Amino acid sequence: MAELKPGARLRSSVCNTEVMVVLTPSGDVELQCGGASMIALGTDPDASLSLSADFSQGTQVGKRYVSEAGDLEVLCTKPGEGSISLGGAALQIKGAKPLPSSD
Amino acid sequence: MNLMMLLEMAVTGAGDRVAVKNGGDTLDYAQLMTGAAAVAQTLQQAGVEHLAMLDESSLALPLGLFGSAHAGLPFVPLNYRLTGGELESLLAQISPALLVTGAERVEEVGRLPGIQAVSRDDFIARARAASDPAGEWPMDPDQIAVLLFTSGTTGAPKAAVIRHKHLVSYVLGSVEFMAADESDTGLVCVPPYHIAGVAALVSSVYSGRRIVQLPRFDAEAWIELARSEHVTNAFVVPTMLARIIEALERSATVDLPRLRALSYGGGKMPLSVIQRGMALFQGVDFTNAYGLTETSSTISILGPDDHRRAAASSDPEEQRRLVSVGTPLPALEVEIRDEDGKPVESGARGEIYVRGEQVSGEYLGRRTTVSGDGWFPTRDSGYFDGGGYLFLEGRIDDVIVRGGENLSPGEIEDVLLSHEAVADAAVVGVPDVQWGEVVAAVVVLHGGVDADVEELQAFVRERLRSSRTPQSIEFWHELPYNETGKLLRRVVRAELVADG
Repeated sequence: MAELKPGARLRSSVCNTEVMVVLTPSGDVELQCGGASMIALGTDPDASLSLSADFSQGTQVGKRYVSEAGDLEVLCTKPGEGSISLGGAALQIKGAKPLPSSD
Repeated sequence: MNLMMLLEMAVTGAGDRVAVKNGGDTLDYAQLMTGAAAVAQTLQQAGVEHLAMLDESSLALPLGLFGSAHAGLPFVPLNYRLTGGELESLLAQISPALLVTGAERVEEVGRLPGIQAVSRDDFIARARAASDPAGEWPMDPDQIAVLLFTSGTTGAPKAAVIRHKHLVSYVLGSVEFMAADESDTGLVCVPPYHIAGVAALVSSVYSGRRIVQLPRFDAEAWIELARSEHVTNAFVVPTMLARIIEALERSATVDLPRLRALSYGGGKMPLSVIQRGMALFQGVDFTNAYGLTETSSTISILGPDDHRRAAASSDPEEQRRLVSVGTPLPALEVEIRDEDGKPVESGARGEIYVRGEQVSGEYLGRRTTVSGDGWFPTRDSGYFDGGGYLFLEGRIDDVIVRGGENLSPGEIEDVLLSHEAVADAAVVGVPDVQWGEVVAAVVVLHGGVDADVEELQAFVRERLRSSRTPQSIEFWHELPYNETGKLLRRVVRAELVADG
């Protein structure tokens, strides 16, 4: 995969999951969902790929998923059956911290 | 990034929850989304470059905001009190535009060049009647989401440019997705052209909190709506809170058991008003939100715990924090700088600068004031206390220059406001042959109390240096504020100078 930018919107190749990139390390990032590479929203997925059983815990809309190192964070904008991984390591749901809201 | 992404997520998460209610009419998230698609189609067919709104709050507001986002066009809510030449010159800046307004103004504004006018009721009805699912919207984060003409203190109003990336990053940095319970209800009573109203709408969509609109503020109407709609959260400007408190103190009881949180901003909150508010609304969380149109609203917050700690404290430095604007949002950097743009030493006064993803600082057709490395000068003066709490001193332009010494009106106002007889105060500089400018004050006393000029002057002199003591004090019934909560010191100054 190529380099990611914050704000980039990606989709799963093997399920309905869509995410927006919040934080990303520099350099090439191997972001996957359901075990297959995530692609830019708006591009067509490779139909020969299928959901891997190892990465099918599902994603939930509105949840943030982070890498263990904390250097990659994505926001799930559409839920799906696959689960997200970075270079083969599953991302974890970020705990909802109380945000200082004024509205 | 586009506001529609936030709405789409809300539909996925809670499509049939009510998004906005006005009177007896409601829109749920799914209806808002199909309505936005219909509005986008209308805009494309009309061939316009902006969607403007010259009206009080109605369901046309969320439809207009998200509909223009869907179409990739800027949304321009305008002050509905504007008429004549002032209105024409603003509309000329955004022509060609579709303009939503009250039925009685459609003909008049429809005659202006490049302006197609539609009544609010027609606009809403057309959006509701649509059933086509939402299509695609542009994802360029740099697209302009909203243009807001700011109330300039000098010269013509300028349009602050808020792009999708600013609003989306603000919401994502301060709101948890669908964190609201189904029973949570927010009361919005600020006009559509107030950044706080735009921010509240977008934040509430993302958190899943239902909004009820009060198009025209009136204290009794606010109280009745809060009661009948079981309002849990509300945002007000300080003058509104003062009116609400007065109305409740006149009636026998405070019958708002569901109210959990009151946030305020847009202008300075007098100490006596927040103290009375906290006493009247025991158990309610108060939040002071300081922000600007140019920063997509809030940049610093004094939260509920801060309010309680300050009110309960016997330590003077902690007590003072009740009139601070709290601490900056985690996603932002805030710095105090001197006239040369250099950071001041800790605790010193200067101009407030801010940097972060939600900061725009850009105006239509003008050079930006944001520096190359992203710092925006707010034109507000202030300082941090030892604990990192931010205090506002007033606009830089309102600084009084007396014999070469810079005096902050905010500092003197705060002292006057701490006198038990004083309900409100404004301090300005008036021309003086000897000093250039001298300090003049206008004070509003609490009902039924008396205080004379010498007593108040002595009160100030005991606490600040003599140069800061108002040379003159007048007593007025009320001070001039605009509808976004700002004290209009220039109006006070103009009246004092005219009186001679």
